[in-house]
Amino acid sequence: METSKITLEVVAPHGLVVREDVDEVNAIPGSEGEFGVQPGHMNLVTTLKIGVISYKSAGSEKYVFINSGYAEVTASSISILADSAEKAEDIDVERAIAAKQRAEERLKHADNVDFTRAAAALERATARIQIAKR
Amino acid sequence: MPGLKEIRKKIGAVKSTRQITKAMKMVAAAKFRRSQGRMFELRPYADKMASVLADLSGSVDKEHPLLQVRPRKKVEVLVFTGDRGLCGAFNTNIMKAATRLIKELSAEGVDVTVSTVGKKGTDLFRRRKANMRMSWTGLSGKITYANAQEIAQNLINNYVNETYDEVVIVYNQFKSPMVQKVTTAKLLPIAELTAEGAESDNSAEKSQAATEFEPSEQAVFETLLPKNIEIQIYRALLESQASEEAARMAAMENATRNAEDLISQLTLQYNKARQAAITKELIDIVGGVEASK
Repeated sequence: METSKITLEVVAPHGLVVREDVDEVNAIPGSEGEFGVQPGHMNLVTTLKIGVISYKSAGSEKYVFINSGYAEVTASSISILADSAEKAEDIDVERAIAAKQRAEERLKHADNVDFTRAAAALERATARIQIAKR
Repeated sequence: MPGLKEIRKKIGAVKSTRQITKAMKMVAAAKFRRSQGRMFELRPYADKMASVLADLSGSVDKEHPLLQVRPRKKVEVLVFTGDRGLCGAFNTNIMKAATRLIKELSAEGVDVTVSTVGKKGTDLFRRRKANMRMSWTGLSGKITYANAQEIAQNLINNYVNETYDEVVIVYNQFKSPMVQKVTTAKLLPIAELTAEGAESDNSAEKSQAATEFEPSEQAVFETLLPKNIEIQIYRALLESQASEEAARMAAMENATRNAEDLISQLTLQYNKARQAAITKELIDIVGGVEASK
């Protein structure tokens, strides 16, 4: 049975969020679509969208929220640079729900400039709530 | 010679001042440790970013607007100061350096616009009627990455719009709790993308394994460039913050020591005056006794 692992590293400006040897990474929100990574993946460099990384480590599934960024994949490691990142257990759900409502409110009567920002905020809040609920 | 009561009152006043400066020192020390921690936390991210950009910069074409060098006609100077005073020469040093830089640039016939971070710098340059463009205040103690993004976005947009042809930042670089160095650095256009040590492993590692880029190498490079600016702003914010608190710590330490010196001088003076009063009273009594004999 293959026992090889892959090192997942998520770094954000506010610090190192995850550094763990994981069995596999099920989903990374790449800008060209979501993808999974198993040990021995070919070298890949990609930009990321707002979304959720899910990975399997020691038999359990874990989730990390990331707010866009960049990923570098090699056969034995994945390093991710994100504008911000939070583990599922660190997410403040109430804040995310409040942020979602605020963003929705703003989307209803926003001009063009605000629209992109509010849309991004909504996307972030939704992703956060999604993981926290899992 | 002031009376006993006045001296006692003065000692009381100096003591309460000492208490305040001591408390401020403790607060500054706590804040300093926090901002120093955040500075260290940023390091892995910043290092990684620098090495990735250095890796990429060899193989992409440099058409990106942030890399374009234009003739230097208008320069933006971004000055990082604190929101509050009572931190020794911290704000003064940075403003002196900025003023000198602005003077030099003007002498060269360059149009200068000034943007500031921090209330102190904003107030000064407003008073001097400098050509102010933007100011960000109220960030002290609660700097977030989002602040850096906002500032970076503003600088980048205006650079691309050709509001100015160059951006220079002036901030206090944090060397150690005792040493802060006023630093002037060119932010835009991005001149060099070489990280220390990245050069060597660039050629060694890169050539052996083919790497796929999504959407493309160029696109990855171009999304990372503005992020690199954000990081530099964020770092300047954090370093400036840590320097400010370190400077405040030192200033308050000095103030506390001065207060202690003053208290011991005043106590000495008080005791002398008290002794003199007692002696005088004794002489009076002895004199009275002698006279009544």
